[in-house]
Amino acid sequence: MSSQTPSTRLLSYVDALREALAQEMRRDSRVFLFGLDVDDHKGIQGSTLGLVQEFGPERVFGTPLSEDAMTGVAIGAAMAGMRPVHVHIRMDFLMLAMNQLINMAAKSCYMYNGQVKVPIVVRSMIGKSWGQGAQHSQGLHAMFMHVPGLKVVAPSNAYDAKGTLIAAIRDDNPVIFVEHRLLYNTDAFVPEEPFVVPFGKARICTVGDEITVVGISNMLVECLRANEILADVGIRAEVVDPVCLVPLDIDTIVDSVKKTGRLLVVDNAWTNCGAASLDLSAPQFD
Amino acid sequence: MISERGETATNCHITGSTHEFALTDADLERIYRALRLIRCAEEQIARIYPSDKIKSPVHLSIGQEAVSVGVCDVLRPDDVVAPTYRGHAAYLAKGGSLRGLFAELYGKATGVAGGKGGSMHLIDMSRNVLGASAVVGTTIPIAVGYALALKRVKSDCVSVAFFGDGATEEGVFAESLNFAALQKLPVLFVCENNYYAIHTPITRRWATNRLCERVATYGIPTYQVDDSDIFKLRQLAASVVADMRRGDGPSFIECRTYRWREHVGPNEDYDLGYRNRDDLTRWLKDDQVERVGNMIADERRVQIESEIDLDIADAVEFAEMSPFPETDKLFSNVFANP
Repeated sequence: MSSQTPSTRLLSYVDALREALAQEMRRDSRVFLFGLDVDDHKGIQGSTLGLVQEFGPERVFGTPLSEDAMTGVAIGAAMAGMRPVHVHIRMDFLMLAMNQLINMAAKSCYMYNGQVKVPIVVRSMIGKSWGQGAQHSQGLHAMFMHVPGLKVVAPSNAYDAKGTLIAAIRDDNPVIFVEHRLLYNTDAFVPEEPFVVPFGKARICTVGDEITVVGISNMLVECLRANEILADVGIRAEVVDPVCLVPLDIDTIVDSVKKTGRLLVVDNAWTNCGAASLDLSAPQFD
Repeated sequence: MISERGETATNCHITGSTHEFALTDADLERIYRALRLIRCAEEQIARIYPSDKIKSPVHLSIGQEAVSVGVCDVLRPDDVVAPTYRGHAAYLAKGGSLRGLFAELYGKATGVAGGKGGSMHLIDMSRNVLGASAVVGTTIPIAVGYALALKRVKSDCVSVAFFGDGATEEGVFAESLNFAALQKLPVLFVCENNYYAIHTPITRRWATNRLCERVATYGIPTYQVDDSDIFKLRQLAASVVADMRRGDGPSFIECRTYRWREHVGPNEDYDLGYRNRDDLTRWLKDDQVERVGNMIADERRVQIESEIDLDIADAVEFAEMSPFPETDKLFSNVFANP
């Protein structure tokens, strides 16, 4: 991900998201983008800026707040063959859409025996930063990881942001797309052409043999920072970015732990039944 | 008669009963066939139910058939309906597979949902019947989203959301009305008001019964059919669907109706004390299955009825003979194209 090629340049996470959306919307007329303020002057931290100008108000439009119905609308449109990308400025607001996400989006393919599929992407922001408070800072991705039928992806850098968003839009299943607000202004080398970062493939960021450190979303950045401090005191950590939480590349994590004998999972969320407790639930650890 | 756009409930009662005269014999026979099929299929379900061959709760539409048939009779095959968990009627009225229905109730692999859905999750996308949900109100925005897609591709098809009176109390109902009106989507909202959410009457749930007024504030044309007259409803539906095909945006119809059997299960429940058998009398008198049947010549009617009996017997036989799903299908379709 880090070596620069002729078509690769430094790009911010937010610009990578916007580029992914624009390229997919050019490629596939079934893709549309909606959610409160996706078409305003700020464009969701810049990640949707300019898209309404290029694709028009039929494919890029703001909505009433109505998270519950708007999620149902996305599901209905997806069942009709469209590929909606639904944007929420906070994951906290997704709690208003849980019936549609859990009872319909996640289950429809199964409970209707494959007669329909629900290719929707649900973008939402997580994470603490200045002044956000109890209801603007939650990382609730583990709630979605619990439910069969949903995919959950949490890219930690601009390269993965572009590649996983394109993969999410092309995926035939509902994808919960988790964006930590502190990542938006981080840069990485990102190819100009469309590309896919496949789901279910973790990335080993640093090689070590004393402890495996799994960092989710922005916590991967913190883990890499911690790794520099550990290196200073002579501890060789293997830092792993899961990239995708469902499906989770548990094999890569298990292989690393077999080598290091220790596992630390770092997540911006609660531990009880959380992503950070994955070490307890994976049968490979038996 | 039929009201203009946005009129209130008081002004938009559909009265009079001359709507059947424009119908041909073929129309009447088609309508009767649909009504009778639903009635007899559900009576057969009720008869089979104590045997435990049906592996699913059943919410019967007996008494409410005219709502589904009155609306679906004016739809085209490429129009879409979203039924509820009390959805056998809408499913069959839109042409959903009868064999697939019975096999689904039996939990068999040949059911419309492979035996995984049961009565509350009927679906037949080959007939544009969207999947039903067991959670009240859930499919209303699904129908709206389907309508959004129809409008996007400049189709003149319409989407119909069926739901009960209880669903109108859910926040998603108001949210869906607002968005459908805002975007002028081709979606027909059909409320089957049978007066009860399980066992609690609307008098204990609604601050006022002015449902049409509530909906009209969104700028949606509203209509109320306060008896079960299928011909009034059919004519009304034909009119609003034609408007919707021209791009006029959503409409709303409140159909007063009555559930003859218990909320869930095959039996009557007038002995439980929450409602009185006397309330049923008027609806029995207005039974649309019998009414339309009486408008058809005896010889033709008998022929239709015997064909329906054969179809139902065939569907039951099909369900009986079909295999249960293989155990290796337990986890299939958790993800599409995994």
